[in-house]
Amino acid sequence: MYETSYHRPSSLAEATQLAAEKGDEAKYLSGGMTLIPTMKQRLAAPEALIDLRHVAELKGISVNGRLIRIGGGTTHAEVATNDEIKSVCPGFAALAGLIGDPAVRHMGTVGGSVANFDPAADYPAALLALGATIHTDKREMPADEFFQGLFETALDEGEIVTAVSFEAPDQCAYEKFRNPASRYAMCGVFVARRADGVKVGVTGSGSSGAFHWSDAESALSGNFSPEAVDGLSASEDDMIADIHGSSAYRANLVKVVTKRAVKKALAH
Amino acid sequence: MTDVTITVNGREMKGAVEDRTLLVQFLRENLGLTGTHVGCDTSQCGACVVHVDGRAVKSCTMLAVQASGSSVTTIEGLANGQELHPVQAAFREHHGLQCGYCTPGMIMTAVDMIERHGSSLDEETVREELDGNICRCTGYHNIVKAILSAAGASQAPAMAAE
Repeated sequence: MYETSYHRPSSLAEATQLAAEKGDEAKYLSGGMTLIPTMKQRLAAPEALIDLRHVAELKGISVNGRLIRIGGGTTHAEVATNDEIKSVCPGFAALAGLIGDPAVRHMGTVGGSVANFDPAADYPAALLALGATIHTDKREMPADEFFQGLFETALDEGEIVTAVSFEAPDQCAYEKFRNPASRYAMCGVFVARRADGVKVGVTGSGSSGAFHWSDAESALSGNFSPEAVDGLSASEDDMIADIHGSSAYRANLVKVVTKRAVKKALAH
Repeated sequence: MTDVTITVNGREMKGAVEDRTLLVQFLRENLGLTGTHVGCDTSQCGACVVHVDGRAVKSCTMLAVQASGSSVTTIEGLANGQELHPVQAAFREHHGLQCGYCTPGMIMTAVDMIERHGSSLDEETVREELDGNICRCTGYHNIVKAILSAAGASQAPAMAAE
């Protein structure tokens, strides 16, 4: 790891001021579950690290009726074990419990994952399917606008994801097909069903990061059953191709995993 | 260099570290606590698991400066003098190790797991929770057995070779 300097602000104002002073040589550090391994491989070498783990405004989960708001500094373990989320939106809590391993879930945060937008990150699939709102220290915007491409979001330099919020759907579930070695999603599908239709968010497969599978959304809105997806095929053109699987393999996975997710949602 | 203060196994330890120093380096090199191992150094294997403020984390993926002000428990902090911690005793009893390299991380993960699940732990949960700890010798079977035994779980897993 190259040299760096560590800073520990205790408020959002202090964090953003530090970021402004350090400019583009600075990076926010939340759980560090991606950033620190990346720095160890010398693929990232920020001169300054601004630790967000002690910023009180980023903490906490609130559930009011079916409205859920999760602070950016909340860890995956806290989401996975939160009784209110488990009761109102079990599919979302279950997703958090599938991220990494227990030690990673103790450190990694919702805000860090959302801001990084790794193409195999789990939350983005859910946030797209749930029509979630992403809150930052400056503004709020729909997940559809926030997530823009491979590791690319609407965040400006120095902007911090402070929370995500959404209304729990009538039924939802997340199904994850892991790479057997890395355990990252080769394909993860979150389906969310509401009175006005079904949304399908897919992660791990798309070459531009998580995406909506619109064809499946239309088909499932008419008939919420695994069979509704039978006649569809996801386009190979938009899929990742690498040593772990071709684009055709991933396109097929999208369909298979979507069917499993629907089946799981129906069982709730 | 930055001054850090970390309570390690109940004792307040101070040191000056480069900001890029990993927690595991601080523990091993500054404090001489070499029970915490580095296996993969890429956050996969879990040999470096310690508890930070009561939660299992990978000490190769955390900076020492991040842990300043926190309480850290390492494998050296589990036993009570000559008396092994129940999880250590269970690993010995059930032969939950062969070469022993992964064992400190396995035991720290197991202690954390048992604290969260208690006696409701079952075999499936133990295997799932060991996702972030790699053992290349045992095939995991005796590790799972040891953890279930230490948790006081009512159902021991099926014996493989009996």
